[in-house]
Formats: sequence, structure tokens, C-alpha cells
Amino acid sequence: MNELPQQLVNGLLLGSMYGLIAIGYTMVYGIVQLINFAHGEIFMTGAFGALTVYLYILPDGTSMLIALPLMLIGAMVVSVAVAVGAERFAYRPLRGAPRLAPLITAIGLSLALQQAVWAWYPEAKSARTFPQIDGGPFHIGSVTLQTGDVFLFVAAPLSMAFLGFFVMRTRIGRGMQATAQDRDTAKLMGVNTDRIIVVAFALGAVFAAVGAVANGLKYGQIDFKMGFILGLKAFTAAVLGGIGNIYGAMIGGITLGVAETLATAYIADIPGLDQFGSQSWSDVWAFILLILVLLFRPQGLLGERVADRA
Amino acid sequence: MRQRSLIAITAALAAGALTLTACGSRDDDGGSDSGSGGGGTTVVIGVDAPLTGDLSALGLGIKNSVDLAAKIANKEKTVDGVTFKVESLDDQGQPSVGQQNATKFVANDDVLGVVGPLNSSVGESMQKVFDSAKLVEVSPANTNPALSQGVDWQTKKVRPYKSYFRTATTDAIQGPFAAEYVYKDSKKRKAFIIDDKKTYGAGLAATFTEAFKKLGGQVVGTEHINPDTKDFNAVATKVKNSGADVVYYGGEYPQAGPLSKQIKAAGAKIPLVGGDGIYSADFIKLAGAGGTGDLATSVGAPVEELPSAKEFVANYKTEGYKEAYEAYGGYSYDSAWAIIEAVKKVVEDNDGKLPDDARSKVVDAMQNVSFDGVTGKVSFDEFGDATNKQLTVYAVENGTWGSVKSGTYNG
Repeated sequence: MNELPQQLVNGLLLGSMYGLIAIGYTMVYGIVQLINFAHGEIFMTGAFGALTVYLYILPDGTSMLIALPLMLIGAMVVSVAVAVGAERFAYRPLRGAPRLAPLITAIGLSLALQQAVWAWYPEAKSARTFPQIDGGPFHIGSVTLQTGDVFLFVAAPLSMAFLGFFVMRTRIGRGMQATAQDRDTAKLMGVNTDRIIVVAFALGAVFAAVGAVANGLKYGQIDFKMGFILGLKAFTAAVLGGIGNIYGAMIGGITLGVAETLATAYIADIPGLDQFGSQSWSDVWAFILLILVLLFRPQGLLGERVADRA
Repeated sequence: MRQRSLIAITAALAAGALTLTACGSRDDDGGSDSGSGGGGTTVVIGVDAPLTGDLSALGLGIKNSVDLAAKIANKEKTVDGVTFKVESLDDQGQPSVGQQNATKFVANDDVLGVVGPLNSSVGESMQKVFDSAKLVEVSPANTNPALSQGVDWQTKKVRPYKSYFRTATTDAIQGPFAAEYVYKDSKKRKAFIIDDKKTYGAGLAATFTEAFKKLGGQVVGTEHINPDTKDFNAVATKVKNSGADVVYYGGEYPQAGPLSKQIKAAGAKIPLVGGDGIYSADFIKLAGAGGTGDLATSVGAPVEELPSAKEFVANYKTEGYKEAYEAYGGYSYDSAWAIIEAVKKVVEDNDGKLPDDARSKVVDAMQNVSFDGVTGKVSFDEFGDATNKQLTVYAVENGTWGSVKSGTYNG
């Protein structure tokens, strides 16, 4: 049986997950040139927010159809609160400081958030199971889709469309574009840049929250470390797509996800490369792809300007 | 002025972050009150295990069981004039952290023996530190044969470190034991082999593969997964299309659970078989409903079914530990008790006092320790391996592990 369609779908799903998280990295970077390494943990707290809603707020046995939107809202509330809090108390005080200071702060914050969840969330010392949507799997040709995958397939493009509309058509969105281009001039033109920055953090957190719920539904479990590796991968996706470019984040995510999946599936079949084909090598291939892209397009796949303008 | 208050806030945050991180690893540090019964010498038994992170379920079981052994020894005054204290360090399942912990134990003169670690890879990094300090180490869970029989254990067995002992059965027996069960009892012929490239997982997968092929089975595919991720869909699709009728996984439950789930979701309704690293209640939780029928081999006979273990199980309950004793509880208790027995021998040979070179004497005494423990007769062969080579196959049924078959592999 031909496994290519299934592997492409696997890669597309993994990539959509990367893309949803990458949007947060890319938006914050585009506006304040900060690599928010705590973003993976904002994603993780969102997953725990959704779980909290399901376990402790909704009555037992609530149908997932009703629970899911509420869990999404719970995830968003928690993620946005953490992101805005981080911006207010960890990053804003350092806005005039050299770039390394907020970067180190971000790494510290990431560790602090992980340990906080580990220490204080009930039974979070090992993975916690996440509620699942009943039904499925669905078979389309030779492709099998789980119900959790369907959510991701619907949520990712919808989020993207919403984001595109928001940035292009609304007043705040245009303010964001102006701030990204030149913060000082935007300020002179009457844009409240402090508020724009908060909005960028909050929006990134909203997408991370959508990704977090999708992640829980897809894998059926969440844990306090889940944001770390996914965050790194999403950051890679953001760079691959062109950091600062929101569509680039999605494209970069999907490229990375598909590349990893195909590397796992097919590299081993190439004569002479059989020992380089296992999943543990897929990251290596994904990063080789990243290096190749950056060699020929330093600004990333969709990047319009050189990443570092200063 | 503004600048200064900002620095203050940042400093406070950074301090907060550091404290939190420290909390994480020090949470249970030495947090045992093994009863400081009336004076005499205090002997510390170290515990090194992953107390945080995704393997902490097993690690906390180890720590609690050692604590229980120390408490009982103090209560029954097993060694006259000696009070046992337990000091536990968290290795997070990381070889580098384990080695630092080993150095800490060596530096503390009161430590006469260490129980642990859980992971073979961590054990590898600790052995030399302990051996050069002549500090005895008894692992309840390391199963990689190379640790006690040298890297060339298949051809020429050489014991690399004299101070290393273990109560667990090695993968040299565990892998073939699983292969025999899968081939003869489950009648599976086509295996897909997956491992996580760690010392334990890769070693176990290799011994299984070799034995399975020897029996006449066919290996239709191999994969090495990246233990940092949870997305194994690409691997699951490969498994499905390989036509395998069984998956053997060398690794631990945090990856094995999702792997089993994703393989079944991909449409391959075949059992996943693993070693003692997946024999945990958390595996069943992570694998979900599809995990029914998955198999695990684990060291020893099931603790609950051994008459010798009844007392242990009852005492563990009485002490009210928050976490279950898990797969290695009985072995950890026996490991700690072996240290206690060795210390007893050393003290008795020295007119009831600890000699100055107690550490090396304990190593020598350990070699001849022999007693009836929780898991049966406890003694060590010339490599420091347990002489008790029992293994059991467990299967997931109705949401728990049920024992299917006990025995040993005689090659």
C-alpha cells in the first residue's frame, strides 16, 4: 500500500501544530525584536488551562461538543494571562536594555513556568491525560484521520484566516504593522505602541492556546515539559518561514513538519543511508533543510526584509 | 530611578525563577525521617533516582521503598548501635546529573552505600565515581548487561567495577525471555523493532532481536525514535505498512504509551511488547484503551504474589507513602537491605563499631551477602549480578497489568 498520502497528512498535522505556535514567536519578534523563549511554556499553560476547565469547572460527563469551546476559552484565558503578565513584568522593564537581557529573562521565565506547573498543578509530575473527542477514525482513501486531527485541520486554517484579517483590516492590526516597521515613528503618528506590543503577545498566546488544545486532543496527554521541544521547533519554523512574517510562520511550520515526517519515512529507503533514516535522525534532516534555506534565502522562505535590521 | 526599579524587579524575578527551579529538585531532598533512634553511629544510605520528570513515578517508588527498609532496620535494631538515614538525590534520568550526585554521595563520609539509579545510562556514568571511592552501589533497576559484565559481555565477560551490584535481572536474559514468549506463546512471527537509542532501550532491543531471529522469527523493520517528542505518527504509519504482527519497543513508558496509542490509531491492531521500562501504571494511562493486550516483561516474580513480599506490601501501606512502590519497589527494598546486611557484617566483625575503612569493607561484605528478601533469595554472583534470575510477562487487561507467565530464560 502506498503510504505517501498518510505520511504527508502526518507531516501536515505536525506542521500545523508548529505553525500555530510559531505565529507567537514571529509576531513578537516582528514588533519588539525579542525571541520569546517562554512562548513554548505559554503554550503549555494553555493546555493545562483547558484541562482545568474540563476537570474542575465543568460537571463530570459534559459532552465534548459543549466542553470543547469552553476548554478553548479556558486555554486562551490562561495563555493570554501568562503572556501579558510576562510582557508586563518580565519584558517591558527591560525594553531599553541590551538584547541579551530580555533573551536570558525569557529562558529563565520558561524554566520558572515549567517548574511552577510541575510543583503546583495537581498530579502534573507525570503526564496527565487529556479528554478525547469520541468517534472516528475516519478513512479517506488510504488516509486515516483521528477526531483530534480533524480539529487541528479545521482550527489551523481558520486561525490563519482570522489573523490575516485582523492584521490587514483592523485599526490595531495596522498599528501593529506600523510598529513593526518603525516603532518610534509609529509612536509619533499617535500609535500607542505599548498597547500594540501587549496585543502582539496576547494574539500569539491565543494561537498557542488553540495549538495547545489541538495538541491535547491529538496526543491525549499533556505534561509540564511539552512546550520546550515544541517551542524550539516552532521557533525553527518561524525562522524557516521568515521571522516577522505571520504567513511565513505557517508555511515554515508545515515545511518543517512535512520534512521531518518524510525524512523518517523515506530516508532509510535510499541505498547507503539506511542508518540515517530513523526518527531520531529526522531532526538532523530538518535542520539541514533549514541551513540550506538560510544559505540561499537568509530572510527565510517568505521573509521580506533581513531579519536583523539593527 | 525608573531604570533602577526595573532592575530590582528583574532581579526579583530571576531570583524567583532560580528558587523555583531549586524547589523542583530539592523538594524531597533528604526529606526522610527514618526515625533517629537513640544515638550511636549514623549510616547514610543514598538513593539516586529520577524524582522529578516523566520517570518520577518509578523513581519515587524506589525512594520510598529504601526509606521503608531504613525505618524497619532502625525499628528492629538490625544493626546494634547504628542508625540508618536515607538521603535521596534526584538524577532526572540524566547521566550528567547522576554523576554529580555520585560525587556528592562520595563526599559525604556517612554514606556507606547507594541504592540506584533507575536508568542504565545513568548507572554507566556513576560507576567509576563510586568505584574509585570504594563506595558500594546497588541498583534495583539497571538491566544493561555491560554494566556488570563489561562491554564485550557477549563474548568475554569481565567485571569492570567491583563496587557495582544489582538486584535486577539483566537484559541478556530479559530480551530473550520476551522473544521466547512472543514467538512460542503469542505465536508472532513478524516483529517491528523500535528503540530510543539509550543504553537501556537499545541494549534490550538488540538482545530481543537476536533471540527472536534465532527462534525463526522475522524482523520486518527497525526504527529509532527521538525520546524528546511525542509525535510518532510517521513511525506508526511505517509499522502499519510493514505488515508486522508485533512491535517490540526498547525504552520507557513516557514514549511507549503514546507510541502504542499512535500505532493502534494508525490502524495496526498489534500488541506492543516492552521490557521493565514500560511496566508502569502510567503506561496504561498513556496508551489509552488501545493498550489492552500490550505486553511487558519485568524482573522477578510479581511482588504481590510472593509470600515473602506480603510483609513489605503491608508495611508500605502502613507507612502511608503517597506514591505506589511501582515496578522496582521490592528490588529497591532488597537493595537497601543488602547494604544494611553488609554494614551489619562489617560492624560485627569489628567489635560492634564501624571501622575506618568501612566503605571498602562494605564492598567486600556485599559480595557474600545472602538473605531472604522481598523478591526471594538475595545474593550476588561473581559479576555483582543478582543470582535470582526470575522474570515475568505481564499483559494489559481491564486497565491494569496482569501477570501472565513467570520463569527464567536458560538460553
